[in-house]
This record gives sequence, structure tokens and C-alpha cells, in this order.
Amino acid sequence: MLRFLTRRTLGGILTLLIISAVTFFLFFAVPADPARLACGKVCPPELLEQARHNLGLDQPLFAQFTAWLTGIFAGRDYGGLGYCPAPCLGYSFVNRAPVFETILDRLPVTVSLTIGAAAVFLAFGVATGIVAALRRGRPTDKIASVSSLVGASLQIYFVGTLALYFLVYKNQILARPRYLPFTEDPLGWAAGLTLPWMVLAIIFTANYTRMTRSTMVEQLGEDYVRTARAKGMPGHSVVLRFALRGTLITIVTIFGVDLGALIGGAIITETTFGLQGLGRLSLNAVTDSDLPVLMATVLVAAAAIIVFNIVVDLLYAFIDPRVRLN
Amino acid sequence: MWLRFRRDRTGMMSAVVVIFFFLVAALAPVISWVYGKDPYTLYGQDTPGLLNEYGYPVLPNGGVSSEFWFGIEPGLGRDVFTQLVFGIRTSLLIAAAATLLTVAIGIVMGIVAGYAGGRTDYAIGRLIDITLSFPATLFIIAFMPVVENVFVSPEEETPVWLRAVTLILMLTIFQWAGMARLLRGQVLSLREREFVEAARVTGASPTRIVFKELLPNLWTPILIQATLLLPALVTAEAALSFLGVGMIEPIPDWGRMFLRGTQVYQNDITYLVFPGAALVIFVIAFNLLGDSVRDAFDPKIKR
Repeated sequence: MLRFLTRRTLGGILTLLIISAVTFFLFFAVPADPARLACGKVCPPELLEQARHNLGLDQPLFAQFTAWLTGIFAGRDYGGLGYCPAPCLGYSFVNRAPVFETILDRLPVTVSLTIGAAAVFLAFGVATGIVAALRRGRPTDKIASVSSLVGASLQIYFVGTLALYFLVYKNQILARPRYLPFTEDPLGWAAGLTLPWMVLAIIFTANYTRMTRSTMVEQLGEDYVRTARAKGMPGHSVVLRFALRGTLITIVTIFGVDLGALIGGAIITETTFGLQGLGRLSLNAVTDSDLPVLMATVLVAAAAIIVFNIVVDLLYAFIDPRVRLN
Repeated sequence: MWLRFRRDRTGMMSAVVVIFFFLVAALAPVISWVYGKDPYTLYGQDTPGLLNEYGYPVLPNGGVSSEFWFGIEPGLGRDVFTQLVFGIRTSLLIAAAATLLTVAIGIVMGIVAGYAGGRTDYAIGRLIDITLSFPATLFIIAFMPVVENVFVSPEEETPVWLRAVTLILMLTIFQWAGMARLLRGQVLSLREREFVEAARVTGASPTRIVFKELLPNLWTPILIQATLLLPALVTAEAALSFLGVGMIEPIPDWGRMFLRGTQVYQNDITYLVFPGAALVIFVIAFNLLGDSVRDAFDPKIKR
């Protein structure tokens, strides 16, 4: 267990390192000159030089990368801008704000979006999947599979915008999507995010219904389920304690992938609903050629994917004792 | 197999819809000629009385009329119907090319990793892991300009074919890994089977084993995976255009229609509905087709 964790963590860190390096070096192939952007439209050469120096762009590329890297663990001294304590992700080229704080500021939006939607689509998807499997071939099952097929084929920017039009602008049934901190106004937090949660849930539920149904059907045919039934166990506990446990592996796998992808920046969701989360932040960083912010968002997104992968593998061992972690 | 597929009514229906989309894409110029309009002319600006002073269609429902079947684009005043018809071409062409490339790379990498084993397998396995950990959408958005910068100087305008090739490459780079991982697993289990063992013992060359023994057994998962991949890539391309890094003006493209549609939806929702409905129908039909293909190939799965 400990050996597994160490090995996977080291592997994850290595992957992050490779991803950051690729992002960093590719960035400098972009035509835009960040120093010129930071300096403004009318920029005399000596000021441009100054800006370049302040941003650390006059250093060799490799030195810049190692400086960025050591900054994360040891902090970094930024001359004119002062000392940036670890974990230092640098300062934004555009507005000079410390990147780490910007990330911390935006993260709650994306996390709220993810958690709320995930709670809905996980509960709803697994429940409909179980019901559909138990009533295989009957109308309930047909309805569940048709609606999950349609749900999986919908696009956030299409359904989301339609929902915005009909539920917010035309009829004022729901509040305009916005983010209020949970600690300040729990009700406003939920009200402002209801629409995005619903739209994400419609699209993501489908996959869970489908996967739960097909694995459940398989599990219900297993010998141990038959044995449990034969010894007189009530139907609902057979389903919940035996068959569902066998289904969990599949559910956990896709849930891990979805969570990683959503936390890593729901770029399209946030663009559609105009929410200022990590996704929007990264998109703006690209348009502004804001390398430090871009690096940070790529790092957070990749880390989310990697961490959830490791968690999923750990959960396998808890769900199914036959799985050996090595 | 074909007989089994033909008995599947859903499968046949979805196949008809899919073929319809491909036909429309192939015959787009003919359709446009019969219909008498093209996707580039700014009808709304050329003919007064079609758009109001704010650039929105005068007629209700986005300007739908017998003249403009699906209405006119707000602002520029182009014909929506022909844009949609030509847009299928763009989306399908890019998605199909990316699918073919993904499948090809996936097959090579998957078979090499699974069959060679040892260090090669380890190296390819790590490469797959790293690729799958990349935040793909963000990365494509960030590096679309980079790839173009290598070929085109900033002053020049990007040629359309280059943008298309870049899109195809970018999509492929982040999609091949899933395919390769799947095939690697299949090859690993096939490699231990008796018929491969028998072929090896009788002195068959590795080339023969790969092409005559392994590959025939892999076509089923490859075909299933490819039918699922194509609609996924069509939506991925649309999403990129929606975010502003996909196809460029004035090439008709569904994703670009979404982008414009979400800008004007408060005043003209109709413009968003047509590409949206078209995309949903296309994806549903293709997903159903994928399911039916799987059922036809693999009678063991009971539904």
C-alpha cells in the first residue's frame, strides 16, 4: 500500500514535470511578446528592456524554467515586485497579481460547480442505472436508455444556452448564473449555480446510467448473487450489498475521470454561463499570452487528473479485496 | 454479421441517418445550386428589408421564410441553410481525417507495445499515461497559435487548409492514446492464446503473426472504437470552434455557428437552434450506429 502510493506519487510528479516543461518551452514559440504586452502600446525600447528584465524574460530559457520550478518549492525573489513565498507560481504578466492567490481565488468557483453537479449526476445516474437493470426490457428500462442516449449526445454550449434563454431571460424561473461564496450566502450560492448544475447533470448522468445498467445486469447474473438469493436474502439487500458492490468499480473509474476533467477547468461550461472559474482564467491567460497564469492552470488541471487517477486505483483495493496494489 | 445487423431496426435507421449526413456533405455544392444560394453571400446586407437596424432578421423566428428556409445569420446576413449544409463538410472532413489518423497510430502503438513487451511496452505505456494526463482542451487552445506560427509569419493570414491540418493533428495527438491503450490490452491477451503460440512454434515470422494472426482479431474493437470516436471528434471540433480556435471565417462550420449563436441568443435564438439540433441528431444517430455495430459483431453481449 505504502509502496504503491510512493511509486504512483513519484510517477505523478514526473508526469507533471514533463507536462510543465512541454508547456513552458512551447509557449516561447508563440509570436506574441509578453514584455511588449506588459509594457503597453506605446513603449520606448529602454522601457521594453526594463519590462523584459522585470519579467525575467532576458534570462536563457532553461534558466527561466528552473527558476520557475524552484519558486514552487522554495519561493522566489522578484526584485522590484518583492519576495514571493513558496508555493510561488510567479506574478501575472498582465495585472501583476500573484498567480497563486489568483488560483486560490478562482478555484472555489470551479470546485463548487464540480461538486454540485457531481452530486446530482452520480446519485441520479446510479439510481436510474440500478432501476433500469432490475426492470430490464420493461418500459422503465427503455425510457432510461433512450433518455440517457439523448443526454449523452447533448452539448453544454447548446443546452446551456437554450436553458439560459428559456429559464432565465424569457421566464425568470431561475437566477442568472453567478458565483457567491458558500460561506457568505449558502442559499445564494446554490441558487446562482443551479442552472449550470442541472445542465452538467443532464449531460453527465447518461454515462452513469448506461454503465451502471450494463455492469449491474452482468452482476445480477453472477453466481454469488444467485447464491445470496437462494439462501433467502431479501431482494433489496442482494442488490445493494452484493450486486452494487460489483458495479462500484466501473462507476468509480468514470467518476474519477470526470472529476479530474471538471476540476481541471470546465472551460466550455464556464464560458457558456459566464462564470469566472479556472476555465475562464486559463482561456484569458491564453489570449493575453500570460505565461505564469497559463502554467499554473495547466499544472492544476493536470494535477487534478493525476490525483484522481491515483485515488481511483486506491479505491479499487477497498471495493474489491482481490485487487492487489502493485 | 451483415444479416444480424440488417435485422436490427434501430441500427438500420441510424445508418440511414448517418448516410444522409454523409450524402449532404458530399452533395453540398449540388444542394446549394438547386437551392440557389451559397454560404458566403451577405444577403441580409445586399438586400434591404431583411435585417433591421440592429442587424437582426426582420421576420420572426430568425427570418425563416420560403426564401431563406432556416433564416438568415444576424449581423452578416448570410443564409443559414447553406451554411449548415457546407458546415457538415468541414466538420465531417476534419473529424474523419482525425479518426483515421488516430486509428492508424493507435493500431501501430498498441500492437507494438502489446506484442514487443518489455522495455518498448514500458516506454509506450508511459507515453500513453502522460498523454492522457494532459488537459487536452486547454492545451489545444494554448498551442494552436504556436503550430501556425511555425508555418506562417504573423502578418500573413493563415490559409484554411493549414488551420484544418493543425486541428486534425491536435485532435489526433490527444486521442491516439486511448485507442493504443485498448489495443495493447487486447494484444496482451491474444498473444498468450494457443493459435498465436502455434503460429510461433511453426516458425511464422513476427510480420506474419501480426498481420495474419493478431490483426484479424482486432478489427472488431477497432471498428467499434472508430464509430464512437468520429462523433466525439465532430463535437470536439465544434467545441474548439466555439471557443474561437477552430475553423476561421468565412469557412462554414457548425462550431463557429454556435459561437455566433451564443452571442446573439437573447435576441435571435433560432440561429442557435438549427446547428444545435443538427449536431444532436448526428451524434445520436452515430452513437446508436456504434451500439448496433457492436451488437452485430459481438453476439455474446445480450441487451
